[in-house]
Amino acid sequence: MRHLILSLALSLWALPLAAFETEELVQFPAENETVELRVISTADTELFAPFITAFQAQNPGISISYYVVSSSEIMVALAEEGAPFDLAISSAMDLQVKLSNDGLAQPFSSDQTQALPPWARWHDQVFAFTQEPATIVLSRAAFEGLPLPRTRQELIALLRDNPDRFAGRIGTYDVRSSGLGYLFATQDGRTSETFWRLAEVMGGLQTQLYCCSSDMIEDVAAGRIAVAYNVLGSYAQAREDLHDAIYIIAPEDFTTVMLRTVLIPDSAEYPVEAGRFIDHLIQSSWLGADGAFAYPGITPDGLSGNASLRPITLGPGLLVYLDRLKRRQFLREWEAAMVQPE
Amino acid sequence: MRLAFGTRPSIRRRLTLQLLTSAAILAVVLFLIVSSFARQIGAESQDRILSASVASILDAVSVASGEVTVDIPYSAFTMLDNANDDRVFYRILQDGAVLTGYDDLPETTPGFATLPYRNETLRVVTATRRLSVDGAPIEIAVTVGQTRDAQAETLQRISRMAVYLGLGFFAASAVLAVLAGQVTAGSLRRLAGSVSRRGPQDLRPVEAEMPSEMQPLVRSLNSLIARLSTALNRTEDFIAEAAHRVRTPLATVRAHAENTLRRVDKEENRHSLREMIRAIDESSRAAGQLLDHAMVALRADHLELEPVDLNALTGELVDRLRPVAELKDMDIRFDEGQTGAIMGDAILIQNAVRNLLDNAIKYAPSETQIKVSTDIDGAVVRLTIRDEGIGFPQADATPLTGRFARGENASGVVGSGLGLTIADEVARAHGGHLEMHNNCGGPGACVTLSFPLR
Amino acid sequence: MRFLLVEDNTQLAAAVLDRLAQDGHVVDHAADLETAADYIATTDYDLILLDIMLPDGDGRDFLNAQRARGATTPVIVLTARSEVSDRVGALDMGADDYISKPFDFAELEARCRAVLRRRSGTATNRIRFGNAAFDALAGTLTVDGRAISLRNRELRLLEVFFGAPGQIIPKPKLVDRLFSYDEDVSENAIEVYVGRLRRHLEGSEVSIVTVRGLGYRLEVP
Repeated sequence: MRHLILSLALSLWALPLAAFETEELVQFPAENETVELRVISTADTELFAPFITAFQAQNPGISISYYVVSSSEIMVALAEEGAPFDLAISSAMDLQVKLSNDGLAQPFSSDQTQALPPWARWHDQVFAFTQEPATIVLSRAAFEGLPLPRTRQELIALLRDNPDRFAGRIGTYDVRSSGLGYLFATQDGRTSETFWRLAEVMGGLQTQLYCCSSDMIEDVAAGRIAVAYNVLGSYAQAREDLHDAIYIIAPEDFTTVMLRTVLIPDSAEYPVEAGRFIDHLIQSSWLGADGAFAYPGITPDGLSGNASLRPITLGPGLLVYLDRLKRRQFLREWEAAMVQPE
Repeated sequence: MRLAFGTRPSIRRRLTLQLLTSAAILAVVLFLIVSSFARQIGAESQDRILSASVASILDAVSVASGEVTVDIPYSAFTMLDNANDDRVFYRILQDGAVLTGYDDLPETTPGFATLPYRNETLRVVTATRRLSVDGAPIEIAVTVGQTRDAQAETLQRISRMAVYLGLGFFAASAVLAVLAGQVTAGSLRRLAGSVSRRGPQDLRPVEAEMPSEMQPLVRSLNSLIARLSTALNRTEDFIAEAAHRVRTPLATVRAHAENTLRRVDKEENRHSLREMIRAIDESSRAAGQLLDHAMVALRADHLELEPVDLNALTGELVDRLRPVAELKDMDIRFDEGQTGAIMGDAILIQNAVRNLLDNAIKYAPSETQIKVSTDIDGAVVRLTIRDEGIGFPQADATPLTGRFARGENASGVVGSGLGLTIADEVARAHGGHLEMHNNCGGPGACVTLSFPLR
Repeated sequence: MRFLLVEDNTQLAAAVLDRLAQDGHVVDHAADLETAADYIATTDYDLILLDIMLPDGDGRDFLNAQRARGATTPVIVLTARSEVSDRVGALDMGADDYISKPFDFAELEARCRAVLRRRSGTATNRIRFGNAAFDALAGTLTVDGRAISLRNRELRLLEVFFGAPGQIIPKPKLVDRLFSYDEDVSENAIEVYVGRLRRHLEGSEVSIVTVRGLGYRLEVP
């Protein structure tokens, strides 16, 4: 099924009037189409398709156009260009909050959204439907004979002790271009000074910078790098085919947890159907215990079991690192640490 | 409250309405005060947080190598987070130029302001700080604004509570108002009841339990009753005393005159003495009847009704007067008929009957019979006194009941003329009447005293 | 008969004493209740004449106290107060009769006689001349064992004659005794009653003779 749909993927140049940069557009057509929901999302199609097909099974007549973009492109599409989308799904919580805060989202309320814990929704506009930890992915091959680091401190020590083994073989997000990377980095930096020490060490070992989690996972699995820091755990879990080659570590000192969120943009043409889709997302994530969905859903007590899990709070605090001066300063410091002259 | 012309609203209704009105006003005032207080508190607490946020941002402004940087603390915005997820906007100006933040925020001056922004109402706080960059002074102005959803919701919640509070207050007041009205009206009713229930002779002070506000009324009423009682007692005492003062010397003179008459033989002296005795009798009888009349009038004014056995009363009087009648060799016969109980003042009725019997004895000739009888005629109990004398001067004797009226043919008999007046007044006071005829079933006068059957 | 007069007005008391003494009664006089109580304690009276307003109290209270102590002596109350309010009270207190001031001695005598007749029952007060006996109290005349009932005026007339046998009693005095002062009667009216008495006395040893120009006289054996 998935392959059938994937075959319908159109290439980039076929998109009309789209100034924002679309990585992929996948159509999920429905028979007797009455409504076409336009979804703009940062989630990989492969991982997200089960949600869509399950939704269409329950809601016939709704076809879906699924645009995969980077998180910053959502901002461009909605805030700058006012492109008409019915749903915006993003891992960049800060940008989603900013969209809502700046008045670019519609409020929506249903039994499902009301059942969400207060920390999983903001302003009745931004709704979290997954919780995905930022993990460290290690190459099994590269760590042969070495103890697996359980914390950042242990990782720092390991890297320092084995500079030859890890030089040039560390990867992390390029926070300058990746919204999610920036979110993870700022939250790390806010949570602990350890992040900056790690950044220093990583910078000293010529860390490779990536755009996306999936690339990092594949490079680790392929042995091109040994360590990938701040990789979306959900993506790594989903790549069962690579589990023989990688370890997925959730740091025990603290694990930043990203909440994937959805909102209905101001420009939505079909807000009612969009709302139904949001309900479906929330419900599916809850039902996802059987493994049908890649994303572990929001559960009221989902985080209480593990004290080291630090979910990023939806709220105005997220606006702070989007501040131009703040961002400039952060990036300056990050660059100073991470991009060290060889 | 509109009232029909001329009607007087009951105290209870008026009091209840007034209390209800004031309760309603108070409830509304209470609601307004609580609401405005809540609004003020809400605004103040939001202002305080906004001020703290602005202050923390201003604190984070620094100058590094000739460049102004602002490292907005994470807490500057998280502190603004609330249950309603109010939206947050901010702007930092350097000498009026936007350094960072929302550059479309309306212009503000330092301090608090409420202004419209992006279809919302924004509460904003602006504060400034002066810095020196390369020796040149610059001014940094930080503005932080927040929507007021949380405040509005709090306000709404408190307003709803204030409405309940007001309604509750009104309901409680209404119950109390109705109770107060009833209690007040009840006190008045009790007072009225305790006054109106009492008999005409009952001149005891009112002692019902009264609220203190009504004490002056009760006191005045009691003072009035006391004065009335004193006046009545004084009048009765006066009458008794006057009788005593007049009669005792008359009795002395008469007794001496009579004794002297026995001893005097000379006819002209005897004649004078007889004239003197007659004069004494006339004046004493006049005085006695005048005083009796006064007493009758007094008692008739506040007549106290109790069951009176007319037969027993009459029988006793007949027995009492028989010795007097016998002095004239007259016989009094009492035919006791069937009488129902009548309601009246026994002393007054006795006085009336005695006056009639006195008259009969006085005006009828010697060795005749006086017939007294009682009977029932319909709803009326009658007492009839017949004598065998000369009768009344005319067929209708009613004018004789006037004060001091005497029959033209009564000369030569001592009398004051008040006897019939007293009898008539007593009869009237009891709702009955006095009738006088000649020749009702025989010669002589016939007097009928009638009283309504109970 | 022995009377007690309780009366604080000494002049009135003197007149009553005078009159009662003339009629042959023994009378004690008490001017106040205390004295009266002393008299009653030491002497048995046939009748008490009791004034109501006395310097040391109310006669009715005194009467009430006497009756409460069991004293049964008949009492006639003399009242000068309002007829309306006093009468019932006096009788309720245990008085046998009452008389209002000023009073006619004839009425007083009649009332005394009535009370005594009622109360003393068998007691007699007879005057006998030959075969004629007269009981003034009972009002009966007995001639030769034959009882004759007398009317009131006859009785009083006979009482005068029997009280002064052999004396000439002028007609005017008899008029005064028989008639009240408010009656205009001629002296000849007496002749009617004397005539009746003469008929009642037929067969007796006493007779009423006419003394021409002077009056009448009772001849006794």
